[in-house]
Amino acid sequence: MRYIPSGSRAVREMLQRVGVAEIDDLFVTIPEPLKIKAPLQIRPAQSEFSLRRELKAKAATYPTEAFSFLGGGVYRRFIPSAISPVVTRAEFLTSYTPYQPEISQGTLQAMFEFQTLLAELTGMDVANGSMYEGATALAEAVLMAKRIKPKRNRVLVSQGVHPEYLETLRTYLHHQNLEIAVIPLNSAGQTDFHALRQVLDENSLCSLLQVVNFFGVIEDQAAHAELTQAAGCLNIASVLEMTSLGMLEPPGSFGVDIFVGEGQSLGLPLSFGGPNLGVFACKKAYVRKMPGRLSGQTVDQEGRRAFCLTLSTREQHIRREKATSNICSNQQLCALWVSMYLSLLGRKGLKELAEMNYSKGREAKKLLAAVPGVKIRHSAAHYNEFVIELPQKALRVWEELDRRGYLAGIPLVWFDPADDQALLVNVTEVNPKEEIEALALALKEVL
Amino acid sequence: MNPGRKGLVLAEPLLFERSKSGKGGMELPEWDVETYPTEEIPPHLLRKEEAKLPELSEPEVVRHFTRLSTYNYSLDAGFYPLGSCTMKYNPKLNDWAANLEDFTEAHPYAPYRHQQGLLELLWELKEDLKEIAGMDEVCLHPAAGSHGELLGILLIRAYHQERGDTKRTQVLIPDSAHGTNPSSAAICDLTAVTLPSGPDGLIDMAALDQLMTEKVAAIMLTNPNTCGLFETRIQEVIDLVHQRGGLVYFDGANMNALVGMARPGDMGADVLHFNVHKTFSTPHGGGGPGAGPIGLKSLLADYLPRPLLAKRGEELILDYNRPKSIGRVRSFYGNIGVLIRAWTYIRSMGPDGLVQMTGQAVLNANYIKARLEQDFHAPFGQAHCMHEVLLTDRGQKASTMDFAKGLIDRGFHPPTVYFPLVVSGALLIEPTETESKLALDAFCDAMLELKAMDAETLQASPTGAFVRRVDETLAARKPILRWKEES
Amino acid sequence: METRHELKYTKEHEWVLIEGNQLTLGITDFAQSQLGDIVFVELPEVGTLVDAHEAVGNIESVKAVSEVFCPLAGEILAINKELEDAPERVNTACYDEGWIIRFKAEESDITEADLMDEEEYLAYAKAQE
Repeated sequence: MRYIPSGSRAVREMLQRVGVAEIDDLFVTIPEPLKIKAPLQIRPAQSEFSLRRELKAKAATYPTEAFSFLGGGVYRRFIPSAISPVVTRAEFLTSYTPYQPEISQGTLQAMFEFQTLLAELTGMDVANGSMYEGATALAEAVLMAKRIKPKRNRVLVSQGVHPEYLETLRTYLHHQNLEIAVIPLNSAGQTDFHALRQVLDENSLCSLLQVVNFFGVIEDQAAHAELTQAAGCLNIASVLEMTSLGMLEPPGSFGVDIFVGEGQSLGLPLSFGGPNLGVFACKKAYVRKMPGRLSGQTVDQEGRRAFCLTLSTREQHIRREKATSNICSNQQLCALWVSMYLSLLGRKGLKELAEMNYSKGREAKKLLAAVPGVKIRHSAAHYNEFVIELPQKALRVWEELDRRGYLAGIPLVWFDPADDQALLVNVTEVNPKEEIEALALALKEVL
Repeated sequence: MNPGRKGLVLAEPLLFERSKSGKGGMELPEWDVETYPTEEIPPHLLRKEEAKLPELSEPEVVRHFTRLSTYNYSLDAGFYPLGSCTMKYNPKLNDWAANLEDFTEAHPYAPYRHQQGLLELLWELKEDLKEIAGMDEVCLHPAAGSHGELLGILLIRAYHQERGDTKRTQVLIPDSAHGTNPSSAAICDLTAVTLPSGPDGLIDMAALDQLMTEKVAAIMLTNPNTCGLFETRIQEVIDLVHQRGGLVYFDGANMNALVGMARPGDMGADVLHFNVHKTFSTPHGGGGPGAGPIGLKSLLADYLPRPLLAKRGEELILDYNRPKSIGRVRSFYGNIGVLIRAWTYIRSMGPDGLVQMTGQAVLNANYIKARLEQDFHAPFGQAHCMHEVLLTDRGQKASTMDFAKGLIDRGFHPPTVYFPLVVSGALLIEPTETESKLALDAFCDAMLELKAMDAETLQASPTGAFVRRVDETLAARKPILRWKEES
Repeated sequence: METRHELKYTKEHEWVLIEGNQLTLGITDFAQSQLGDIVFVELPEVGTLVDAHEAVGNIESVKAVSEVFCPLAGEILAINKELEDAPERVNTACYDEGWIIRFKAEESDITEADLMDEEEYLAYAKAQE
């Protein structure tokens, strides 16, 4: 096996030093009846050559050439060529969590920079080094809210929150003695703040608003902030399409207490939905109740600036059952990738990218709305994603468009069986105008 | 200006200190639609102040991060014997596989027919993991080991709940366990009850007998445990727990000592997680991403999270129709990029390669033990360890931390220090199978040299790393968690 | 290990100074040296009512956390706010500026409390070293 350096001579020498005749003798502490008697029933080893052929064949079933309008929590992005070669350098890729700061300054400085970049982008005081992904980050935000206000028990969640996030939250809260109340959307596609006002009371722990909601609609963060603040209820904001913060006022400006997001939208590949990147930020006052790793600035013995993991007493390896979370591994490499993406994109680039996505979204809305029988469902402003209503079953249309080479969005019937004539369509900077026009034409033909 | 800090060890400021106004390092795709005005959006929701991102050209950004990378020690550069972390070589083929464009561009909501290749790979990985662990079912969703623990405990709770057995509110956890065990149990609102180790470093049967009451939902055990010892009475432990109505959670962090030799499922474990980034060679990335699939017995299968990989005729699909499911534990289906690497690794190794892997990992650890046990205190006095060896600083002139920092000056990553907590001054050394005898000898020589050094010199180390010892107290007393422009 | 004759001690390595029905509480020299450099002290709110042996705060070093227990039922009268900015005072002056809370308890509870005098505590701490 080419990954194991020891040959038979080295093995012999080592066995001799250890004082046993063969390797099996080292496993004497495993009771005989528990030992495997027959070889594992898995495929025999394959050569690198044959594995690469097989992998290529497996990968090839995905139509990368199709015109894709899929979003819904992960977004297609143009990824600059400069990122991958640097981020996948072995010094980043094959190092462990930076518990030994003297030989991990690269990871630690990069983590500190990531924390700064995300704090800037979201307008929050402090961001951590990352969480697994957006849905678990959202669940952790609610667990954190409970640590801040232990006496309150009701969690208010806008219906505009991604359905898979809501489902994850329900799982995480199942044993927490917290109840969830879902606040519906109004016909414009925004959270119904009249309904929210009616349920807000002294038992309301936190209220969750997805700033650009699952249906692509831009929510009114100001109204949400005003209502939650008045009720003493924690304000949790979430963003999945993070480039929208290039044009939208950042949640921090509205006094949001905890911010969570999905960082995949900041230049990470789709990878079938993982690994992606949970973003987690909060007000400074709550930092000791925060989950996840933090890199902090300090000095070394000679007084030079240095970085190390800090406020670690929050974490499971020290506080065990009283830790702020059970998270250990995070998504450091993905965070590094996003840092590099944001560094390349820069201040002006972020703004322009957001405007481009917004404009492409508007163009797509215009072209698709012009197709006979097609309607844009929500009247409020969208960022780069929106729902179209069709005059017939969406699944049939979707399948027919797929056969013609269009991944034409997400059938909402997957999330709500009654909503069977609607597609969630996403347009980003990687959709040239011709693709949008072609989709409109194809849709017209199919209907 | 001389950019070097020490010759070609280059100094690098923070991104934000490098940033010069007006530049950008990325070209966007062409504007081919009109620029729409933002009149639809109420003005108070529009961003007033630009996010203070850096303003750098592409070569500057590349140089910045490349320089940062040189401040890291890495597994590709040298020996990395972190105990319980299994820092084995990360094959490059695995990275090649995960980075295939058709995998990285796969959207999770694309039609099944386009995903068949990837789903087939995941199916095969699931089957292999079932066989390796001796389990009936495998779920690939968890993003990391501790996420797998959480899922496993949720399944156990669902099992007891369905049987109406609601008084089981405790989890037994040995004192040598990883901190993730008790914290995962806490999220499920279970009380962690500490199970003390006996003088031999193994589970104390008398204590277990006493603590294993009708209030206990499960035991979480790591085997081999974090002292590097196989729990020889595992069968009695598991039988006792089962007899009294509890289930067994098996922490698979140390599977590198078992693969191909023994299977947790055969021992009676009901659910376990794999640390793919340990046992199956996927890179740690400076802290993640990992993947923590779980294996389980069929008595827990009904409760698995949605959606479950399934076959519908010839086609692989994601099955959402699971009425007893605990729900979702994350968005989408798992850390696929990491799982592709694990599949590739298992296929590269084959059944014989995996057995060789385990045997060599255990031999390498025992070789270090044989070379160092005369000079370093090895608690519990067992003849052989498994894949990692536990030593302590008892009787040494300097502390475990000093040895750790001294190793850095000798060109080695330190072992895991001060863990497990059951011994004082722990040095937990896990060499893995991918180190040569030459590397092991060099490490042992360095340990012996450090032992001979006077404590003062050792306490001053490291002197050869990028920075000297870092003031962690200052960092925690006056937290600076982000860069801010000096006013 | 420094101790003070006028103080009473708990098994959690805390000291109390009893003045009528008011008590001042801190951690002992032994406790602070075991913890190492203290980086943060989490304090309760003034006016909080506490049960006997209830945890009222935390003392943290870089790699350890220790809870502060109130040995008697009572009401928090004062907290040492200075520790928010200068937690190191618990290291440098644990019996003086490093005090943690002041609380009020029933006199009958105070007389019945399971507290050690200096000599008993010294023996207790020695046994734990």
